Amino acid sequence: MVETNVTTGAPERPVHDVESVVIRFAGDSGDGMQVTGTQFTTTSFMVGNDLSTLPDFPAEIRAPQGTLAGVSGFQLQFSSQPVHTPGDRPDVLVCMNPAALKVNMKDLPPGAIIIANSDEFSDGNLRKAGFAGNPLEDGALEGFQLFRVDVTRLTRQALFETELSNREKDRCKNFYALGLLYWLYNRPLDATVAWIGEKFGKKPEIAEANVTALHAGYHYGETTEAFAATYRVAPATIASGTYRNVTGNTATALGLVTASQLSGLSIFYGSYPITPASDILHDLSRYKNYGVVTFQAEDEIAGICSAIGASYGGSLGVTATSGPGLALKSEAMGMAVSMELPLIVIDVMRAGPSTGLPTKPEQADLLMVLFGRHGECPMPVLAPGTPSECFDIAILAARLAVRYMTPMVILSDAFLANSSEPWRVPAAADLPPIEVEFRTDPEGFGAYRRDPETLARPWVKPGTPELMHRVGGLEKDAVTGNVSYDPANHEIMVHTRAEKIARIADALPPLVVDGEREGDLLILGWGSTTGAISKAVATLREEGLRVSGTHLISLAPFQKDLGALLAGFRRVLIPELNTGHLRFLLRATYGLEATGLNKIQGRPLRVDEIADAARALLVEN
Amino acid sequence: MVAEQKLTKKDFTSDQEVRWCPGCGDYAILTAVQKTMPELGIPPHNVVFFSGIGCSGRFPYYMNTYGFHGIHGRAPAFATGLKMMRPELSVWIVTGDGDSMSIGGNHFIHVLRRNVDVKILMFNNRIYGLTKGQYSPTSEQGKKTRSTPYGSLDNPFNPVSVALGAGATFVARAIDVEVTHLTEMVKAAAAHKGAAFVEIYQTCVVFNDGAFENMTDRKSKHDTVLFLEHGKPMVFGKSRDKGIRLRGLTPEVVTIGENGVTEADLLVHDAYSNDPVYSFLLSQILPPVFPTPVGILRSVQLPTYDALNRDQLEKTTAKVGRGDIDTLLRSGELWTVS
Ligand SMILES: Cc1ncc(C[n+]2csc(CCOP(=O)(O)OP(=O)(O)O)c2C)c(N)n1
Ligand code: SF4
Repeated sequence: MVETNVTTGAPERPVHDVESVVIRFAGDSGDGMQVTGTQFTTTSFMVGNDLSTLPDFPAEIRAPQGTLAGVSGFQLQFSSQPVHTPGDRPDVLVCMNPAALKVNMKDLPPGAIIIANSDEFSDGNLRKAGFAGNPLEDGALEGFQLFRVDVTRLTRQALFETELSNREKDRCKNFYALGLLYWLYNRPLDATVAWIGEKFGKKPEIAEANVTALHAGYHYGETTEAFAATYRVAPATIASGTYRNVTGNTATALGLVTASQLSGLSIFYGSYPITPASDILHDLSRYKNYGVVTFQAEDEIAGICSAIGASYGGSLGVTATSGPGLALKSEAMGMAVSMELPLIVIDVMRAGPSTGLPTKPEQADLLMVLFGRHGECPMPVLAPGTPSECFDIAILAARLAVRYMTPMVILSDAFLANSSEPWRVPAAADLPPIEVEFRTDPEGFGAYRRDPETLARPWVKPGTPELMHRVGGLEKDAVTGNVSYDPANHEIMVHTRAEKIARIADALPPLVVDGEREGDLLILGWGSTTGAISKAVATLREEGLRVSGTHLISLAPFQKDLGALLAGFRRVLIPELNTGHLRFLLRATYGLEATGLNKIQGRPLRVDEIADAARALLVEN
Repeated sequence: MVAEQKLTKKDFTSDQEVRWCPGCGDYAILTAVQKTMPELGIPPHNVVFFSGIGCSGRFPYYMNTYGFHGIHGRAPAFATGLKMMRPELSVWIVTGDGDSMSIGGNHFIHVLRRNVDVKILMFNNRIYGLTKGQYSPTSEQGKKTRSTPYGSLDNPFNPVSVALGAGATFVARAIDVEVTHLTEMVKAAAAHKGAAFVEIYQTCVVFNDGAFENMTDRKSKHDTVLFLEHGKPMVFGKSRDKGIRLRGLTPEVVTIGENGVTEADLLVHDAYSNDPVYSFLLSQILPPVFPTPVGILRSVQLPTYDALNRDQLEKTTAKVGRGDIDTLLRSGELWTVS
């Protein structure tokens, strides 16, 4: 929390102006922390802050109440300055029970505010959380600003006139806590009041109780003397336009639907549920009136195969999964490479191997999507760096898939999937259309006769007269597509398939670089580390260091200016949520000896971790 | 446009050289299909053949239609994606007993339960042909093959029972060399609206020769094969004096004229019965106690998956209106910065 100014606002209490704040709401899975966090987010949008959020769900749906496994969290950073990440360490931790405190206290910086629901710190709950004593009383939280609030009791008290059961009353306590936070940060209540009205429209007594709890929490702040001051975060300077909040998964789904409209192709989405990819299926299945067909297949293999079948028929086939599902799809990905049909395969990565940490991010599928198939099997791989970039990448993937007649991989991860940020909504008319051509002319037709520029083969819809032909996974003659066992032809086909993918580099935008294209250090990343890298680069540059940063949106092929960019720096630091996949790749491609910053904890990289690693490197020479 | 011409077998024959072993049952099936197609009144360009991997997987190459030779066991999944997006096409799947009962078992049951409007021809040679002679999920227990030199331990699948268990709306059985009957079955499958499954006993002369010999041999076939006809009593035998009678839920073989049995006592086949008990019972009528029933075991009408899908799309669109992309992008909570 960067304090910039102190003024006196409310009559008897000072208001501190601060630049940015990181709040983490944490409680039991049933405590409604996701709702609380989302509401705080919406309201902060409304007052004009820039922000970024990250929910943190447990893998279990309903872990036993009060246990460490059942803790659910939601973190957001809101600021009057550009925000790149949900924040490294919370300035404020709201914890609804001892387990939530236990899980999160190690992330708190000294001096952080802890608002604890003291009612839940019973002996039983303390034991479940593994506390020997009561940390609210035994000095364990020394060095933090601790606020004990009897949220459960006060919520019940606020609702004493209602007919609700205690259980129902207790369900309102997250709004009590939210009300208190709104007071503390001088936020209006109306957006949340409106949301409650909509959400619980059919149960007016519940809606009313939640609104009462929200107000009660707010008034508690006003009347209690515990808090010495409140805080204000001014609106950020944000480019003009219309904004909404998007998670990576939502942006991906919107990008696909938009690509469908831009190309005139129907989307067929065949997929099997898996965390953290399922929300794409949920979103798309609502868009029937946009001509989107979704198919919940019997397994991941059927998911991709049905999508290939749809593409064969002239639609844009899409499938999404996470690592374990991608492993199942690899044979069919080989088929799609051989068939040379447009297809989008999305891998929302999570920590593996096997079931691993199914709700946590990791970037360890990179080498699998590049090399994890049988045979010489090149596939382009794109990677969005931020939640909103998922929209652009989905459209780019569709554009390239159709233009080059190739399956494409998009690598997202659990962090991008679930974290959200404000997104300036584009107008569809401003997006360039996606050109699609179906072959109908039998004159000179060959199923594998290629476009000389892109090397794409023709796309023929079954049902087209006089163009009947047979294709499959067997090696094909380089022109007719008929089965060919000719050794020389196979070699030609292998090289041609690779060359076609390499030529996609012609259609990729140049790298976007934060800073100069030469200097002492380049911090290079891809995927969800992008936000933390941008922020770290900004910080280091403010310190006067000759540091630049960039993130690759394409891992295969690389953007054309990458080689030249790498040559402009004395050192390269590659932060990744894996053991060094990109570093390995760059050594193989450019002979580059980069330094890795590798974190494999199922957690995003923090800005300070990157900045510290960069400073250490710069000191070294 | 050329005036409508009568299609012939030639219109459905591709220029590719057929490469099955001489004497393979696949030839007879190919001929039967190529002969049947012109009678369906569907031009070749509106027909798509999918296949999996196995000797049978080569089938699409020989048809002058659109053809898609997929990966092992997955043809139903490819076909489902196509049929959902292009319901106007006539979609066929050619598969083997290994392809559909083993690696593709999952897709097989799901395409049937969903009742996707595709026609599945399963060439059952009770062996893995293409991989040179291992036992398959339909091989009889104790079978000695290259992978089971001491005899296989597995109980075989009865594909017809599997299909019925999955809720198949059309189930038939045929034999490669009974060409006229096979042709009828292919035609009936084509006419069925919904997933149609035809199990075709197919001789692999190289790795499982003689597997169906007693069903095809002139001397024995009358006693080993029961031709099912809708509305007709179940009669078989060279002198058509044997029949199937039901005792409670247990079928038995009886001889007409013995112990007072008349044709009126015999089970009368109802191909259109919606009763799963009846269909399953029929599928369990098997050698060595019984002859093998061939013909249409079950044919019932249920909505097809592809039609339901279209319907849902259209109804939703009619209700909420054709989607406008800008409206979608601007849905949810918005705020404007000026
Ligand atoms: C993923 C995969 N596993 C294994 C194989 C090898 N394989 C090819 S065909 C086949 C068995 C085919 O048996 P069946 O379906 O009975 O067909 P048939 O050759 O007898 O017509 C196997 C195991 C393969 N091609 N792909
Ligand atoms: S191996 Fe058997 S099934 Fe395969 S082509 Fe030869 S005879 Fe036919």
